[in-house]
Amino acid sequence: MTAPPTAMGGRENLAIRMEGIDKTFGSVRANRGASLEVRSGEIHALVGENGAGKSTLMKILGGLQKPDAGQMEVNGRDVTGWSTSDAIAAGIGVVHQHFMLVPTLTVAENIVLGMEPRNGIQFDYAKAVADVQKLSADTGLAVSADSKVSDLSVGEAQRVEILKTLFRGAKILVLDEPTAVLSPPEVRELWAVLRKLRDAGGTIVLITHRLDEVIEISDVITVMRAGQTVDRLQTSDTTPAQIARAMVGRDVVLSSRDEASALGARTEGDDATVGSGFHPSDDMTSAIRVNDLVVMGSRNTRAVDGVTFSIRPGEILGIAGVEGNGQTELIEALAGLRPIASGLMRVNGHDVTAENVSERRDAGVSHIPEDRHRRGLILDYSVADNLVLGLQGDYSRRGILAGTRIEENAQKQIETFDIRPPSKELPARALSGGNQQKVVIAREMGRSFSILLASQPTRGVDVGAIEFIHSQLREARAAGKAVLLISAELKEILALADRVAVMYRGKLTKVMPIESADEETLGEYMTGSRSESAA
Amino acid sequence: MSSRFRENIEEALFPPLVALLVALICGDLLIMSYGQSPAIVYRLLLEGTWGNAYGFGQVLYKATTLIFTGLAVSLGIRAGLFNVGAESQLAAGGFLAALLGLALSPSMPGILAVFLCIIAAIIGGAIVGAIPGWLKVRFGAHEVIVTIMLNFIVLALLNYIVAAKLHVPETLHTPEIGNGGLARLESFIPAFHGSAANLTIVVALIAAALTWIYLFKSRRGYEMRAVGLQPEAAEYGGVNVGATWMRAMVLSGAIAGLGGINYVLGYKYYYEEGFAGGSGFLGIAVALVGRNHPLGVVLAALFFATLSQGGLAIHAFVPKQMVEVLQGVVILAVAMSVPEVRAALRRARKPATA
Repeated sequence: MTAPPTAMGGRENLAIRMEGIDKTFGSVRANRGASLEVRSGEIHALVGENGAGKSTLMKILGGLQKPDAGQMEVNGRDVTGWSTSDAIAAGIGVVHQHFMLVPTLTVAENIVLGMEPRNGIQFDYAKAVADVQKLSADTGLAVSADSKVSDLSVGEAQRVEILKTLFRGAKILVLDEPTAVLSPPEVRELWAVLRKLRDAGGTIVLITHRLDEVIEISDVITVMRAGQTVDRLQTSDTTPAQIARAMVGRDVVLSSRDEASALGARTEGDDATVGSGFHPSDDMTSAIRVNDLVVMGSRNTRAVDGVTFSIRPGEILGIAGVEGNGQTELIEALAGLRPIASGLMRVNGHDVTAENVSERRDAGVSHIPEDRHRRGLILDYSVADNLVLGLQGDYSRRGILAGTRIEENAQKQIETFDIRPPSKELPARALSGGNQQKVVIAREMGRSFSILLASQPTRGVDVGAIEFIHSQLREARAAGKAVLLISAELKEILALADRVAVMYRGKLTKVMPIESADEETLGEYMTGSRSESAA
Repeated sequence: MSSRFRENIEEALFPPLVALLVALICGDLLIMSYGQSPAIVYRLLLEGTWGNAYGFGQVLYKATTLIFTGLAVSLGIRAGLFNVGAESQLAAGGFLAALLGLALSPSMPGILAVFLCIIAAIIGGAIVGAIPGWLKVRFGAHEVIVTIMLNFIVLALLNYIVAAKLHVPETLHTPEIGNGGLARLESFIPAFHGSAANLTIVVALIAAALTWIYLFKSRRGYEMRAVGLQPEAAEYGGVNVGATWMRAMVLSGAIAGLGGINYVLGYKYYYEEGFAGGSGFLGIAVALVGRNHPLGVVLAALFFATLSQGGLAIHAFVPKQMVEVLQGVVILAVAMSVPEVRAALRRARKPATA
């Protein structure tokens, strides 16, 4: 390994300097001698696989955690082991991946929360709105100060989060995976704002998995692996491949269209019908067929508003769309987790509309849920127990769990899917994000199934795991499975799908073969600036 | 595997032991404030409980009811439900057992009568448990509110029936049951002479073993714990969350109701107003200190029964309310020490594993 990478030039204008940071949680060494140097006025990308220690390092910077060893300086002042209030006072603002907003309050109320302008002893709401509007205009972060946070889109909520830190005087902004929930136009807006903040003298640290974003927005890149800082790169003279290699410590095959077709998925079956929209008569040949499906959302809206599609065996249908346009409701309704208000769903010609989760699972439907922490895993259950979630009926006899078979299954799945650490007894909570997702995938794909509903299968997992998950999805296709892929990542859909549908406000506004899909066109449909009534 | 197993055992046992130590120190201070010697008072407490057969029999008797209510509360918690209604479920179980015992003819074989009365107790508790379960699943009513209110309703209703229709004049209890009584332990081991301990303790230990098998070895238990930890993930796993809640409340009520036989079939042979005497509420503490594990519940029940019986033994020196203070201290100390002691254990282990 190379000597600890340091910034070029002097120390005088370093906004952040962290050196030799150690942090251990139980038996996990999250940081071991990690270092980070960020000069003021730069956009600094902090990249690394899941569990590389990026978030821990940022928590230490923000005062949420105290380092076991090491030293940190902010603007040249030694601040090792400070508290969150010290960090805020010193101008460090952290925007977390999960928003920390009060949904029932307005935008202005959320932004001033904790430092409300007062009029005597009363909260001066008018001044709060005025302050927020001024800040919004100065920074270019457009928000409507008077609307309720619960009514905002994800992109707007994120702008509110950023404004909140700026309102508290943040000069150093830390953003944890800010684009995970944004559509391409929203990402472009965010970049514009970040550049503006930088040009006004702000310092930005960006945690991200997406290498294209790193290249596009950052000035300098710090790469972490296994708790250590392994590389420091100038963005202008590096490539995504070089960053990926530093992240995983070996060469990575980044997914591309060529490979997908090289796997030969489309050599079987009738080429003419794949990728050409649905045919009313293909009931017999489609593995899953959905007709005019309506699913109600949380506020009695039609979250899924008349969706029709079918997928043939050996085909991947990708559904692109900005989050919150009904994808979650659609896939949950297909899995049996949400009632279907009207419409029909057939699996291999068999009507499953009225069936529950386990009946659909028995009919051959596997489901990788979008939120593995909420739905996909029981975090306090062992890996072995998680590997039979939903199959507990098959793994018991006369009501008693078949302990030996559960263990044997775990052993086999851990080996087949390379789950690390290879322990059956460890609670799922103790695994890294990528390995947790492997547990879900092992369970859903390591059994006999004919349809796979995959929702955000690679969200929050590292590059190595993405590669693995993509190859699993391609293998499923090659084995003649029908795959429904919902992803916020356009690149993922473009790399894997045979056909792409765009979901906008509960409808599939466009279905097109992969050959005619590109990010620009899809982006236009996703934001509703183009639409056409689709199948 | 074995080191993990040892770690689990340590994490299960250390926090209650630390809590006990804290409680003992508080007890020392209390005893000294009465001008008594802690050593003497604690010796008396132990002699009056584990030191002689009668005292030990009384501990077993008191622990028996607490095992049932502790199991009932902990089963609910495993399913994510807080059943505060064990008190009235216990009373309802005892009441139905007494009612059936009154009705049965003395000529019926005793073992059959006992069996029927046990079933009656289970049904009595299950009905009172089913109401909050159903209200929660059907209307989303919170089980804590409903079980608290049901305690008032059920206890008042039972008291009314006893006072208006069934009581022996000048008392608040029913006549003695004709059949269905359980043998006292003294009829097997004469040393227990005079104590209330009876065969219900065997039923309690069987109930604890069955609860353990149900929770950790059965498919329904797997599903129930999944619902308790993450209802949405359980739903994803094909578990009917509402049905599981209903099942958990019915089972929890049934176990608490079964506890009613300890007094009714094993001790007094009649139902008496207020016989539950707070055992249902103490069951919450037993579940907490026993970490919602059947074995822990049995141990915690013995501990609380020891304190309660020991209070009588030391009454000559310090007020017996002192042990109630101690109970409170133990509960608080356990609630606070679990995360703290665990973190300390993990810190202590770290140098060894790193």
